[in-house]
Amino acid sequence: MNKYNKKSIISSYLLIFPFVFFYFLFLLYPTIYTLIFSFTNSPLIGWGEWVGMENYIKLWNDKLFWKSLKNTFVFVFWTVAPNTIIGLICALMINRIKSYLLSGTLLACFFLPHILPVTVVTEIWGWMVSKQFGIIQELLDFWGFKRIGFFSQKTWAMPMVALITIWWTVGFNILLFIAGLKNISPDLYEASDIEGANAFQQFRFITWPLIWPITALVLTLQLIFQLKIFDQMYLLTGGGPFNSTIVVLQLVYKQGFQLNKGGYASAIAMVLFAIIVISSVFQYQLLRNKDEKQ
Amino acid sequence: MKKNITFSWILLTLLSIVFALIFIFPLYWALATSLKSEVEVINPDWTIFPKSFNLDSYIDVILRSQITTWYVNSIMTSFGITFLVILISMPCGYALSQLNFPGRNILLLAVLASIMVPGTALVIALFILIADLNLINTWSGIILPQVLSPVCVIVYKQFFDQVPKELREASVIDGASEFQILRKIYLPLNWGITTALALVTFIAAWNNFFWPFIMTTQQSMFTVPVAITSVDDAFGIFYAREMAVAMLAAGPIAFLYIIFQKKVTQAIMMTSGIKG
Repeated sequence: MNKYNKKSIISSYLLIFPFVFFYFLFLLYPTIYTLIFSFTNSPLIGWGEWVGMENYIKLWNDKLFWKSLKNTFVFVFWTVAPNTIIGLICALMINRIKSYLLSGTLLACFFLPHILPVTVVTEIWGWMVSKQFGIIQELLDFWGFKRIGFFSQKTWAMPMVALITIWWTVGFNILLFIAGLKNISPDLYEASDIEGANAFQQFRFITWPLIWPITALVLTLQLIFQLKIFDQMYLLTGGGPFNSTIVVLQLVYKQGFQLNKGGYASAIAMVLFAIIVISSVFQYQLLRNKDEKQ
Repeated sequence: MKKNITFSWILLTLLSIVFALIFIFPLYWALATSLKSEVEVINPDWTIFPKSFNLDSYIDVILRSQITTWYVNSIMTSFGITFLVILISMPCGYALSQLNFPGRNILLLAVLASIMVPGTALVIALFILIADLNLINTWSGIILPQVLSPVCVIVYKQFFDQVPKELREASVIDGASEFQILRKIYLPLNWGITTALALVTFIAAWNNFFWPFIMTTQQSMFTVPVAITSVDDAFGIFYAREMAVAMLAAGPIAFLYIIFQKKVTQAIMMTSGIKG
């Protein structure tokens, strides 16, 4: 049986050609290239020798690699859940305001940072916490604390970058949560009002279970997004002090572009690649289950 | 319905407003700083409002840095990316939605799978590829790693799926080609989603730091977001000027967002998998 029509096959292939072309050139080819490269001792430009698993063995014994992996997960820890919770709280705050003008203005306040380029965010915060003239330091003075070198002290660097990241990205989560809250029927709240439920019970038994699919979406989107952390960390701390905030993608950059070890950098990149793909598959499964339940 | 304005209602609303004001303060503070003179900025008797509106920092940045070049780079690469993303994604979404051809299911699976692939983890190979093509320090070098957008393909497919089949069948009988059907029926019916996708693609392209940072080494090829970190070196530490540069970098995008707030919101919903 021939269910295809010859003319439509030709037009189909013409229509998909641009996408398929770019798919091969900028996705499949680089993926395979990175994989093969990771088994060689190549510099950044040009091929080296095939060294088998050597890069991966080296990586296993590389303290800095484990540190960068740990830092990436610490960063994920500091950002993913807090960003989701703050997003939900802000969305609840905005959603209960009936005045369209006020809720719209509040939402714009929270969302505006999200549309800024990352460098603008890091410049603004660099100035906010600048050791000499930063307004945060003035506040610390005012309250009688010692000034803090937020990006030069080990205890502060990571939480501070996480805080700035939350400030930058929480608007996105708020937007998704508000969309979810708008889909919950007001009848449910009215009925529970009549039954005499208090605000906490309403949240616990109506809002929370019904918003859960969005919460799961936000959590997993955040996880994948934050695993790729590079920009803010590189711009604010440069991985310092003493590599205490170096993350996996920055180690890739450092090994590849600064130390000219393309092969080894590719091996590190493959590990990150695998972690993110596994997280994404996990996300996909989670969301698919959600759709099936509905 | 009991919806009296109670004490706790007022308290919660005030709390929300205060929180929003604290949240937006860094942005205000950057703007205020950019309007102060350098002397006023580091004066120990600083004030929350600038004492006078001083545009010196802006003038200085515009006259003494290459910001116009950076703007041109940003505008050209962002437009290039947006144009190519739409041009590549729309026909593919159309074919996946309306046509049957050998390999269709494999393509659909490949598109879905590629959403999970982290492009930044391929930075080494993509840099080598762009270098092999001799495109380092060119607009194309910045554009090319950013044009593949599987999410756009999926969104287009979903929207094309909803177009009534009768429209298509009528034009097939009239002898229209697939390209004509796409251009004359499906595209006009979905202008709304095209502009929404174009807007968020443009914003993301303008804001992107990673790819221009990797693909350019000369200041004259920097985009605005990459360049503003180098202004510090050029000027030394002058906070008012740094903030003026930051405001100039964020300005066009903030402006776009404020005009097209609804569209941007809609596009964000669609691309993150919430049907809005």
